[in-house]
Amino acid sequence: MSQTQQESVKQLEAAVELPIPPAGTNRAPSRKKRSKKPVDHDGVPVRAVSWKLRLRRDKQMLLMMIPGVIFLALFFYTPILGNVIAFQDYQPFLGIGNSDWVGVQNFIDLYFNPDFWVALRNTVVLAVWQLVLFFPVPLGLALIVDSLISTKTRRWFQSLVYLPHFLSWVLVIALFQQVLGGAGLVNNTLRDMGFDSIPFMTNPDTFPLLATVQLVWKDAGWAMIIFLASLAAIDGSLYEAAAADGAGRWRRMWHITLPGLRSIIVLLLILRIGDILSVGFEQFLLQHDAVGPGAAEVLDTFTYFAGVVGGGWSMGAAAGLAKGVVGALLIFAANKVAHKFGEPGIFQKKVG
Amino acid sequence: MATTIHERRTAKRQAKGLTFNPSRPVWKEPASPFYNAIKAVIIGGITLSIVLPILLVVSTSIADDEQLTAAGGFGLWPTHPTHAAYQAIFSGEFMFRALGVSAFITAVGTFLALFITITMAYATSRPVMFGRPVLLLVLFTLLFAPGLIPMFLMVKELGLLNTVWSLILPGTFAAFNFVVMRSFFMNIPVELIEAARIDGASDFMILRKIVLPLSKAVIAVVGLFYAVSFWNAFFNAMLYINDQTLYPVQLVLRNYVVQGGSMAEAIGVTSAPPPQSMQMAIVVIALLPILIVYPFLQKHFNKGVITGAIKG
Repeated sequence: MSQTQQESVKQLEAAVELPIPPAGTNRAPSRKKRSKKPVDHDGVPVRAVSWKLRLRRDKQMLLMMIPGVIFLALFFYTPILGNVIAFQDYQPFLGIGNSDWVGVQNFIDLYFNPDFWVALRNTVVLAVWQLVLFFPVPLGLALIVDSLISTKTRRWFQSLVYLPHFLSWVLVIALFQQVLGGAGLVNNTLRDMGFDSIPFMTNPDTFPLLATVQLVWKDAGWAMIIFLASLAAIDGSLYEAAAADGAGRWRRMWHITLPGLRSIIVLLLILRIGDILSVGFEQFLLQHDAVGPGAAEVLDTFTYFAGVVGGGWSMGAAAGLAKGVVGALLIFAANKVAHKFGEPGIFQKKVG
Repeated sequence: MATTIHERRTAKRQAKGLTFNPSRPVWKEPASPFYNAIKAVIIGGITLSIVLPILLVVSTSIADDEQLTAAGGFGLWPTHPTHAAYQAIFSGEFMFRALGVSAFITAVGTFLALFITITMAYATSRPVMFGRPVLLLVLFTLLFAPGLIPMFLMVKELGLLNTVWSLILPGTFAAFNFVVMRSFFMNIPVELIEAARIDGASDFMILRKIVLPLSKAVIAVVGLFYAVSFWNAFFNAMLYINDQTLYPVQLVLRNYVVQGGSMAEAIGVTSAPPPQSMQMAIVVIALLPILIVYPFLQKHFNKGVITGAIKG
């Protein structure tokens, strides 16, 4: 660009800028006060509004926050305070105010309660099963769906596999009973063919497998949605270039698709590990009687049966609180690890 | 001239006279019958695993006594369809009440939940006073849960035990749905809102006249999430409700199908159709609303409403 051209560009820019008055000069008299406050390069006031003015300006926005804040106060923050009964010998007829304080006695009792350890073991065992068997399924499904050329097939298949996510656990268990239960389709067919029936639904030894299969049936399709979004974000020209260089379908998957999904896989994996103490609640509560507490008791059902059913309110609250605190710490740690791996992590994303 | 494997393959297939799908990217290998067969088997298997149980349940609910006895308690295809099971279920008030409770919880709950979520999400999506601290208050709920027993005590303290409100109020706000809603609002061009404000619109008016009409997709999706969570909830009913007349459908389903309680006794019919049919009829009743609403709303899922939020 020559000197004259540059100058003419500058002139042009100046001409364009001209109609906009410089900051703080050409204001209406009533705005005079504001013009003294700090302004940004466009002359728009920045954080220059006084506290009272902001209150008046944001009055309606603040009103809009009220329903949500009331909800949080009633059904989140006050119940959190209710966790103090974990340090009490809570008696319903005395209430929180009059029950005796017992310090950490409930946690000590919990430590020496074998049922608690069974529940903890079952929880971790189920979480590991879920990690190994459940986690790869949505990824595989997403790869298959992504490879489908026909948009029609894609669309109906996606709609179909998302559906079970919207069925309640009660329905899912009822459907499983109808297919795999003692009087269900599979066992009737087995009996007709002269075989013994297999107690899929009631065998405690195979329960972790059954529970994981139920989870896969219900949620694997839905979990695919996030992988599909990441797949769609991969630049198509990368595939084209690789194909032109002679890379076959498997090579393209290994060198383009999987690296493209790396960050989301790492993120989800870390979050799942952080969330290891939550394996689900309704699913295990519903099958608690059929399979027995030896296999189907998880931390959440332990809290329910010890606290609400058994009347050991403080013990149940102690188990719930311990689980909540450890769970929160694990999620927090997992997020830190995600940051270490150079991934954005969940909190930064959601706040930002 | 050096040719790539893929070009050679293409040439080979063209020589054989195989046709190509025009929507197939040119750089992709021609469709391989082998991989296509594998994919077809997987997709077919998954489809079957979802469709078959639902078909089984529907057929059993309309199967007659003879067929069920012959087959041992289920029917894959009804030979003599009958609606006796449905007639029996709806002969007493019991099921009508349960349906009424579920419908009430779902309708009122979804409305309240959308109201709270939309106002909260919009207010925190703009740089306003207290926006940041309130946002943090919400996001903290993602990290920690108050726990089952303190929740129960709170509901009891509020005097909600044994009322439908115990099934509605605790579920009227979910942080995940809030995040979905808020990130959608944040993507609305700020110029639109600024322009409306300059024209003298208040924040309420901007929300109602500008933001909401632009947010139909996200409202549909979040509304579906809330409606499904209200319709599907059974545990809070188990926890908070003693009165049988306030049982929602899912709790009826749990008591008489999963736990195998005697349905005929609860309804008070004497000459009952086969219990399997009646059980499956309840399953169908619980399933039907979801199957009806789902097709209208699922089209929004792929528009990035949800994934947009998850990805930040």
